[in-house]
Amino acid sequence: MARAVSNREKTVTTIVAWTLGILMFFPILWIAILSLKTEVDAIRGPIEVLTSGWTTESYGAVQARSDYFKHFTNSVVIALGSTLLGLLIAVPAAWAMAFVPAKRTKNVLMWMLSTKMLPPVGVLIPIYLIFRDTGLLDTRTGLVIVLMLINLPIIIWMLYTYFREIPGEILEAARMDGASLRKEVLYVLTPMAVPGIASTVLLNVILAWNEAFWTLNLTASKAAPLTAFIASYSSPEGLFYAKLSAASVMAIAPILIIGWFSQKQLVRGLTFGAVK
Amino acid sequence: MGRITLEQVTKSFGEVDVIRPLDLSIEDGEFVVFVGPSGCGKSTLLRLIAGLEDVSSGRIEIDGQDATELPPAKRGLAMVFQSYALYPHMSVRKNIAFPLRMAKMDKAEQDRKVEQAAAVLNLGDYLDRRPGQLSGGQRQRVAIGRAIVREPAAFLFDEPLSNLDAALRVGMRLEISELHKRLTTTMVYVTHDQVEAMTMADKIVVLRAGNIEQVGSPLDLYRRPLNEFVAGFIGSPKMNLLKGAEAAKDNAATIGIRPEHIGISSDGGEWAGKVGVSEHLGSDTFFHVHCDGMAEPITVRSGGEVDFHRGDQVYLTPDPAQLHRFDDKGLRIE
Amino acid sequence: MATQHSRTAARLMISPAVILLLAWMIVPLALTIYFSFLRYNLLMPGTEAWTGWTNYYYFVTDPSFTDAIWNTLALVGGVLIITVGGGTLFALLLDRPMWGQGIVRILVIAPFFVMPTVSGLVWKNMFMNPVNGIFGHIATSFGFEPFDFFGQAPMASIIWIVSWQWLPFATLILLTALQSLDSEQLEAAEMDGASWLNRFWFIMLPHLARAITVVILIQTIFLLSIFAEILVTTNGGPGTATTNLTYLIYVQSLLQYDVGAGSAGGVIAIILANIVAIFLMRMIGKNLDA
Repeated sequence: MARAVSNREKTVTTIVAWTLGILMFFPILWIAILSLKTEVDAIRGPIEVLTSGWTTESYGAVQARSDYFKHFTNSVVIALGSTLLGLLIAVPAAWAMAFVPAKRTKNVLMWMLSTKMLPPVGVLIPIYLIFRDTGLLDTRTGLVIVLMLINLPIIIWMLYTYFREIPGEILEAARMDGASLRKEVLYVLTPMAVPGIASTVLLNVILAWNEAFWTLNLTASKAAPLTAFIASYSSPEGLFYAKLSAASVMAIAPILIIGWFSQKQLVRGLTFGAVK
Repeated sequence: MGRITLEQVTKSFGEVDVIRPLDLSIEDGEFVVFVGPSGCGKSTLLRLIAGLEDVSSGRIEIDGQDATELPPAKRGLAMVFQSYALYPHMSVRKNIAFPLRMAKMDKAEQDRKVEQAAAVLNLGDYLDRRPGQLSGGQRQRVAIGRAIVREPAAFLFDEPLSNLDAALRVGMRLEISELHKRLTTTMVYVTHDQVEAMTMADKIVVLRAGNIEQVGSPLDLYRRPLNEFVAGFIGSPKMNLLKGAEAAKDNAATIGIRPEHIGISSDGGEWAGKVGVSEHLGSDTFFHVHCDGMAEPITVRSGGEVDFHRGDQVYLTPDPAQLHRFDDKGLRIE
Repeated sequence: MATQHSRTAARLMISPAVILLLAWMIVPLALTIYFSFLRYNLLMPGTEAWTGWTNYYYFVTDPSFTDAIWNTLALVGGVLIITVGGGTLFALLLDRPMWGQGIVRILVIAPFFVMPTVSGLVWKNMFMNPVNGIFGHIATSFGFEPFDFFGQAPMASIIWIVSWQWLPFATLILLTALQSLDSEQLEAAEMDGASWLNRFWFIMLPHLARAITVVILIQTIFLLSIFAEILVTTNGGPGTATTNLTYLIYVQSLLQYDVGAGSAGGVIAIILANIVAIFLMRMIGKNLDA
């Protein structure tokens, strides 16, 4: 629909929308500004903050705390590890449900989703105890497993919706051409589904990166990712605004960028395809 | 070699019988067309031969060997799909080479065969393009190329022309026929279009509701349809089928007469009627004539220059030698 | 539509996922239910004993349970009202022609990608802190007494923070739904003489109804489990003012080591979540058929 809208109307909309947009974004903008101030300037009033000098010393200070990179690495390993492991299990499952649907396929899918509805706190204690007894507490392996299981239904669901858009005839052609099942999935399905797989990976990296129930409850120091590292700033003696800001900016920046790229897939993944 | 035999083959999806017990033999080098209205089971039958579906019962032999349980890859057949089913992420060259790559043929040999197939199909200039950059006709050729390189025992075509526009369809029809003459490999071809069936086939298999209605050469089916269904299905425009008093005169429940076997004149004949709609094609003209005492208008084919107008009184004369008679079960009476 | 061979393969390929999820669901769930009937404290190992419904009795009659239920409802309800109302308005606004639409969209969506611990701490310290926070500075500069958000209105403050995180989610989904509305429908309504308000009420809102339901259900699932925001801001206090069910169970089991009572709470949380989940699953299921 190409409809002429008066410029006045468009101007008003633009001003209102930009104002609201900047207000929503303001907290993020503000910590970006504070992160570039000295600790003394960072706790002053907004005018003073904006007029004071700029410095990157907080970034230096946060990185100088040798454990920052440990936490950052933990976050990367846990987010990527859980997503890739999940993919390995989800691709075959989604293939089966999308291309060899049976009467029960729909029920299996729904059941998989229903596991996602289980409140984590309901199973916190047994998982905590199992982890304690098997030595998985405060290990990256443990978190990779838990986050993989948490996100597995979403991964399967997203892949399923993408796979369903691939015509089955192409896979049959591969079968006629003499491809084994493994080759069919490897050489034909996977390359065709690359865009879908990529968005699935992005969304799940975001979810795993920001997960803050299991990461806080199952780690102490060794395997603690950024969520837990930032939480350690909540103690009153740790009130260093500039450093907290710098640490926060570094923790959210990668995901903010990934997130902006995957807005569309976000809707599909988070609503399980109920809204397209 | 490419001899395919079906013995008592059936297929049901749950409660629904898609293929009733069916016997068929396809000889080496034959061009066989499965034709029938949508839902008649022709595509399912092809997929059973391909091995993309299991038979519910019965036996499939390829070149005398039992293939009933073989997976599609082991049957030595190649298939061209309705949607072409090209691999969108591979170049034309890679698409055509894919079956060879799966067969672990050495690289130089693969290249040689791809070049050869490309030359046959006029695809030489497009080998490094992706399927998305090709026209419908070119995609069709790539799909055929992918089938040719394997040197299969038989080619299976599943409505390959239905996604092309009318002009291209005629061209591709000729190309496929040419290809068959040159390769002399068995081809099994599924279509709902009786014109394709008539023009391409050595042998036509007419299917309806999972049953074979008649098997024969195109002219066999045209001259001696075994029942009313085949009579109405083969031939364009459709055969006129008359019931009631006119049929009773010939001791039949139904009589059939093709539009091209009826004479039309303004001064006298067997049936009197008035011209309704007339369709002028240039070479031919089709008149729909409302005859006295008949429920349906009768279609008559006549020369392009014959000129009657709506409402004109005309007389029709069927050629008695070309009259088909059917009993109350719809079966042909000799 | 497949052969026996591919059906067998399909079963094989789906089984790792099914087995893992089954184990993930059944084992901890069974253990939680089992623990909930035990006297089981991690500080007193070896004293585990069957106690029947005692844990449930103590958990439910504890005054902090009642508080936690009300707090949970207030948190979920408050955030839902703000995000669905605000999200609808934002979506309608963003759907209109403007300059720089893509950028505004990115700005609005950004808070969703901020990890919960960061948003909790940033709001608590940089904005709501009465001495050093931006709101405090502004109040002081106008000569007002700074407002102690977490002292005076702790629950409202948390609702505010969580709403900031989830408003983008509601906006994004409602905007997507709105954009899928056939513009010819709106044009037809306009030809029929419907005013903007009429078009919103009779065409857009019914079209959005489904998306709004999805937003409500999915957010409820997540909001019932809000944890990190409370942990880094109020620790559930003052008193139990911001303790929701999730946080209460965390306190019972991992701070007071009372596994039995914590598990009883866990079972109750599962039951509550399932009530919501049933409705959500029905909606998704219907969509699967379409």
